[in-house]
Amino acid sequence: MNIYLQTLKRDLNVAIRNPSSVLNPLLFFVISVSLFPLAISPEATTLSQIAAGIIWVASMLAVLLSLNSLFHHDFENGVLEQMLISHHSLPLLILSKITAHWLLTGIPIILLSPLLGLFLFLDNEGVKILMLTLLLATPSLSLIGAIGASLIVGIKNSGMLLSLLILPLYIPILIFASSAVSQVSVGLDISAQLYFLATILVVSLMLAPFISALSLKISLE
Amino acid sequence: MSVLTFNNLSCQKGYNLLFDDLSLVINSGDILRITGTNGSGKTSLLKILAGLNAQEQGAIHLDDHPVKSEEYQNAVFYLGHLSALSAELSCLENLKYLNALNQPTDEQKLIDALNKIGLQGYEEEYCGRLSAGQKRRVILAGLFVSNAKVWLLDEPFTALDPQGVEIIERCIGEHCKQGGLCLFTTHQDSALKNQKVLAL
Repeated sequence: MNIYLQTLKRDLNVAIRNPSSVLNPLLFFVISVSLFPLAISPEATTLSQIAAGIIWVASMLAVLLSLNSLFHHDFENGVLEQMLISHHSLPLLILSKITAHWLLTGIPIILLSPLLGLFLFLDNEGVKILMLTLLLATPSLSLIGAIGASLIVGIKNSGMLLSLLILPLYIPILIFASSAVSQVSVGLDISAQLYFLATILVVSLMLAPFISALSLKISLE
Repeated sequence: MSVLTFNNLSCQKGYNLLFDDLSLVINSGDILRITGTNGSGKTSLLKILAGLNAQEQGAIHLDDHPVKSEEYQNAVFYLGHLSALSAELSCLENLKYLNALNQPTDEQKLIDALNKIGLQGYEEEYCGRLSAGQKRRVILAGLFVSNAKVWLLDEPFTALDPQGVEIIERCIGEHCKQGGLCLFTTHQDSALKNQKVLAL
């Protein structure tokens, strides 16, 4: 088994045996979405118009909440030091950790989204596109988020700093993804939005592990 | 026969100059004990030699290979003063992963290493349930399966009982007899034979 799979297996084992770190962001996601009908209006027409935006903002904040722990534990216990001096490629090790993060945060959000979409009166076509945008863009959220997480590793109480660093980079994803869902409900073509999300995914996949590796080296020196 | 050399090393932390113009040649078979008061730069020196931190100035070579080159990093085993263990994983799982980061080792060899360090029966025990000394033993078990020529050990005897200290000293002694070299920091006296001392 190569080091990518070994790191993935290790991170999944650590998360499964410490479920609160995985469940907290998901609970936040479900609770925050379910509060909107109480605060705004329970009417189907109102909720269906803003459903995509609500679910996307909540998923983004849930991912942000989970990013703090991406490198933090390994930094505190010294595993990150061992990764840095290993002869294996550091970007590959980081990519493996990002994959574990996406499997534990992105995939559950994608699986929960149809239920929450129906709860907010989103039509079937809208739910399908919502899932597609989440499938295309949640890996980008994890990849871009890893850059911020590697920059703040070692800084105590850095949640606010992480938000300031990462949220501006998430804005294009939010705009393209939520507009894709709202435009499909009025019968407009959404291929441009999907291409943009795919481009963001490819670019972040190519760059984020390398930038994170560089940031980690600087943070640990 | 390997030679670790460092010339004119200096290290500064904030406004404090920890060491300056430090030069040394360490040959195969040498054991170097690094001593000094808290904050004197012992850990910083080991981190620089491990390629984790950058020196302010100076050069480090193992034979002809400079620090951070692939050949250099492959020849170095670094053990920091942090445990490098995840509380949620068992002793064997932790050891298996840490070894995979350096050189993959058979599971049976890792179990043997845990036995040698006095942790027989603890293979499947979660590290979160171990005492500080037992955690230290788990990470030190990696020494028994390490192929690295250069061992850089930061406070290896911390939290160990006299029996544990004796096992590690014997392990270091055997490694250096076989042509390896070892640099370690400590605040304690060590019974290791033929050790040289660097006081920072």
